[in-house]
Amino acid sequence: MTVTPTPLDVGAGTVLTLQGISKRFGAVQALKNIELDVRAGEVLALVGDNGAGKSTLVKTIAGVYTADDGSMVFDGRPVRVGSPAEAQQLGIATVFQDLALCDNLDVVANLYLGRELRRNGTLDEVEMERQSWELLRQLSAKIPSVRIPVASLSGGQRQTVAIARSLLGRPKVVMLDEPTAALGVAQTAEVLNLVERLRERGLAVILISHNMADVMAVADRVAVLRLGRNNGVFVVSETRTQDIIAAITGATDNAVSERAARRSREEGPAS
Amino acid sequence: MSLQGSGTRPQDISGTTATPEENGAAQLPADLQDERLIARQGISGAVGAFTSRLRSGDLGSVPVVVGLVIIWAVFQVANSSFLSSRNLVNLTLQTTSVGVIALGIVLVLLLGEIDLSVGSVSGVAAAVVGVTFVNEGWPIVLSLVAAIALGVLIGLFYGLLYTRFGVPSFVITLAGLLGFLGLQLLVLGKEGTINLPYDSALVGFATRSFLSPAMAYALVALVVVAYALSRWQGRTARAAAGLSAAPTSVIAIKAAGLAIMLLIPVVVLNGDRGVSSMFLLFLALVVVTDLAVRRTRWGRSVFAVGGNVEAARRAGINVRMIYLTVFAACTTFAAVGGILAAARLVAVSQASGGTDVNLNAIASAVIGGTSLFGGRGSAYSALLGALVITSISNGLALLSLDSNVRYIVTAVVLLIAVTIDSLSRRSRQAHGRA
Repeated sequence: MTVTPTPLDVGAGTVLTLQGISKRFGAVQALKNIELDVRAGEVLALVGDNGAGKSTLVKTIAGVYTADDGSMVFDGRPVRVGSPAEAQQLGIATVFQDLALCDNLDVVANLYLGRELRRNGTLDEVEMERQSWELLRQLSAKIPSVRIPVASLSGGQRQTVAIARSLLGRPKVVMLDEPTAALGVAQTAEVLNLVERLRERGLAVILISHNMADVMAVADRVAVLRLGRNNGVFVVSETRTQDIIAAITGATDNAVSERAARRSREEGPAS
Repeated sequence: MSLQGSGTRPQDISGTTATPEENGAAQLPADLQDERLIARQGISGAVGAFTSRLRSGDLGSVPVVVGLVIIWAVFQVANSSFLSSRNLVNLTLQTTSVGVIALGIVLVLLLGEIDLSVGSVSGVAAAVVGVTFVNEGWPIVLSLVAAIALGVLIGLFYGLLYTRFGVPSFVITLAGLLGFLGLQLLVLGKEGTINLPYDSALVGFATRSFLSPAMAYALVALVVVAYALSRWQGRTARAAAGLSAAPTSVIAIKAAGLAIMLLIPVVVLNGDRGVSSMFLLFLALVVVTDLAVRRTRWGRSVFAVGGNVEAARRAGINVRMIYLTVFAACTTFAAVGGILAAARLVAVSQASGGTDVNLNAIASAVIGGTSLFGGRGSAYSALLGALVITSISNGLALLSLDSNVRYIVTAVVLLIAVTIDSLSRRSRQAHGRA
């Protein structure tokens, strides 16, 4: 099977398109001519080795960094994202790996941080709490109480709170940075379920992950970054894991594919 | 019991347990449906929740109240006139300026920052009032506005230095401590001491203005009714939204407790001159600050920045604006406190706002239970802490002990308060309430 990146079609349903995004840090070219498109109702996995530029790309889309070159098209019109707040206003929500929760505040306060509901100028705690429960129920989230400090929640629950918070701004694109890192088996499954629920809601989900099993389980397409450049976009249903790994490592003769090839050779004549 | 309230229990992952609806829990309020939750309802539930919170290290204002009771008991035993109406009225007058300044310190501490210059800022504000009102003959209102505006400007200047250049607040305000002391001496000029006219409205407000007993009682009634009404309203709103609501009995008990807590001091104070207008101003500032911190978007942002700046920034909070407003609020409170201190002492001098004003204000905020680590505290800690600090100096003065003893006692109390803060923080982390 040959590794053929699917062509970039900026067709119907495309929510976010990146064209020629480049970013330098001093002498380091972190991103070079990145092309990417995400469609509504799909999970696009963004994979790559350490230092491939995944986090830089996510931060560029989220407005934490500004790109040195290139353009972004969101919802059919070219946009410039100068700050995280601008990205949020556009409808690009990001859940960073460190979750960015305030441990001293309770779940409701964290969910509505920066966009608190108000009535007569004061916080409308009752309405926020009611809607928090509604949202958490929709996501089938298991949070015992929304009035306890986030510090007392488990890793999966914290991830759930962070993802739920990203949905409150009614985004069109949700970016999840390593949502299953450091989670147990059951909690990983819960988060993956959550990702599927986001897709069912018609959101475009960009999922960054090192875990190929998670990627193959939930993603529709996989975009590979290698050394700050595009290294192929794969449709998961038509691709084998080793092809993606080959694209990540930049070699078809890596340890994983070698092993797979050897096994298929050994099995080949027998069958 | 307390451990079970935290999130340390294993996740329910079996998937075989019935959904809340099947459990017949649909009648339960939306926030009480999780089967892992220990339902606390009714009066015993409220008491149980309170004790479990204490045990996990969420002490709030309990240590300072206990400390205050002990301090008052000790001084009362040592000198029976300590808890007399006359002395307690003096105590309220002495508490006010330190308390107002401490209120600003509470705000900066909530951000996890510090302002070491509040003493100097209070002194320079007092000097501005003295020079413009007495020497230059400005109308009193104009003098006050000028002094308070100076306070605002100083805070904005700090905030700009902090947000634009990232200079640590410790260093900025340490420079401010020296710089504004210098400005104060410069403004006061050669004479060094300006006496405020005794019959001016400002001095009258700070020294001779008291509420009539009837007014004081009416005010207590008003506050209790307003409290009960807002609680009742909150309860109704929660019930309407399908959330758990405090039972009427708990609201009634809390309102009655508040009434007693307010009536006893008012009765005692009315035994002498009564409730001072200046002290009432301080109480009003405490209540307003408390509401601003707990009930507004700004206050929520302050807690968020104090808890996790990066999270606050990513949530779209204008972090710079929060720093600017908080530093400005702090120095504004310092200016107001300095003016009140000068008005009570009927003079502005080179010593105004000097020596221990700074540290008393900071100590008040910390003793009152506001954490030095940011993101945790309450406006009421300024009131309670200032009462502790002032009680110590007042009581020791009654015993004719010198300031050497006062410094040592205050230091010990401060040390105890900070130790309690650190210990309870560790306990909160262990109990998942950090």
